[in-house]
Amino acid sequence: MADEVSLLDFWPSMFGMRVRVTLAEKGIKYEYKEEDLRHKSDLLLKMNPVHKKIPVLIHNGKSVCESLVIVQYIDEVWKDKSPLLPSDPYQRAQARFWADFIDKKIYEPGRKLWATKGEEQGAAKKEFLDIFKILEGELGDKPYFGGETFGFVDVSLITFYCWFYVYETFGKFSFEAECPKILPWAKRCIQKESVAKTLPDQKKVYEFVLEMKKMFGLD
Amino acid sequence: MALKLKGVLYKYFEEDLGNKSPSLLKYNPIHKKIPVLVHNGKPILESLVILEYIDETWQGYPLLPKDPRERAMARFWAKFIDEMCLKSIWKASWSDEKERVKAVRETSELLQFLDKELEQKRFFGGETIGFLDIVANIIGFWLGALEEASGVELWTRQKFPNLSNWANEFVSSSIIKESLPPRDKLAAHLRNRYGSAEVSK
Repeated sequence: MADEVSLLDFWPSMFGMRVRVTLAEKGIKYEYKEEDLRHKSDLLLKMNPVHKKIPVLIHNGKSVCESLVIVQYIDEVWKDKSPLLPSDPYQRAQARFWADFIDKKIYEPGRKLWATKGEEQGAAKKEFLDIFKILEGELGDKPYFGGETFGFVDVSLITFYCWFYVYETFGKFSFEAECPKILPWAKRCIQKESVAKTLPDQKKVYEFVLEMKKMFGLD
Repeated sequence: MALKLKGVLYKYFEEDLGNKSPSLLKYNPIHKKIPVLVHNGKPILESLVILEYIDETWQGYPLLPKDPRERAMARFWAKFIDEMCLKSIWKASWSDEKERVKAVRETSELLQFLDKELEQKRFFGGETIGFLDIVANIIGFWLGALEEASGVELWTRQKFPNLSNWANEFVSSSIIKESLPPRDKLAAHLRNRYGSAEVSK
């Protein structure tokens, strides 16, 4: 029986992108459905009644929600190709810890960089850069967070890369100056077809943010 | 709870959170929080991560289901409880009058989802206590203690029959009971730490 896989998503979402990168890594064919987050579809509301958010993976009619839960699910079901989590329990715990850290800590200060001004933006910038410096420390001299191969933590973080131009422009800083190890790591990940084909162009995301700011009167 | 279910022998170190030990700061320099599991000298952090680690390291009593979709659902609900319920319950218990009404209503909506999840199930884990039941301890055990400490009623038997039944069974189970502090002790601790003159009864 062929698997039926579809993904409810929103193109600039760094969370949705994690799932797209994972599906591409595993070579899984799926139907992509773009959601208009101002007019959520009945399908989205039915498949994620708790949060009403994307991404939602629908596999043979059943939904899985929350990007990192979905990535782990895909890794467990399609376990024969490109495993994302290591096999050793301690390494797995480390990977889950860092993915959770990334999941909780980056989005909000990142959002404040482009959505706020003055003191609030200043505080967010400090928090944002502190977090990336911690991540830089964790990466160290490894090619990937996972070590020699692209893994779960790399997937969790790389999708923020297409938002870097937004963060740098509004936050008035450069990743190269502040966290020099992050850019070479990101460029290494971009070499992978699954990442290169998934992440939208940084300028396209920037234009999207400009539109949003206008729409919500945040200029 | 997880270590007891697996039958793992461990040393318990009580931390004074007002005066954190050098060990805690060494093992968890990033968050400086408990719990920290130290296994053969290596630290594992974040309660949900620790639970999965325990399940993968020690065979025997399975905490998470075997089926990938059921595992995904367990992780989903664990995140829901940890991130949304906890926040809401805390706000509802300790906010001032104005915020409290909104927070109590929000908590009620969230608990409805969990009550529905328990329909036709004895425990979140099915017939036996599992990962999600342990995570839901915040509701099974803590909610009662919080209500006692704050004086704010957050749930009733009539409104959440499945959750009420589950909570009773969960807390009375012998292994779980061994891991929990006495409820009045917890209530007193919470009242001392978070209660204030502003919280009206």
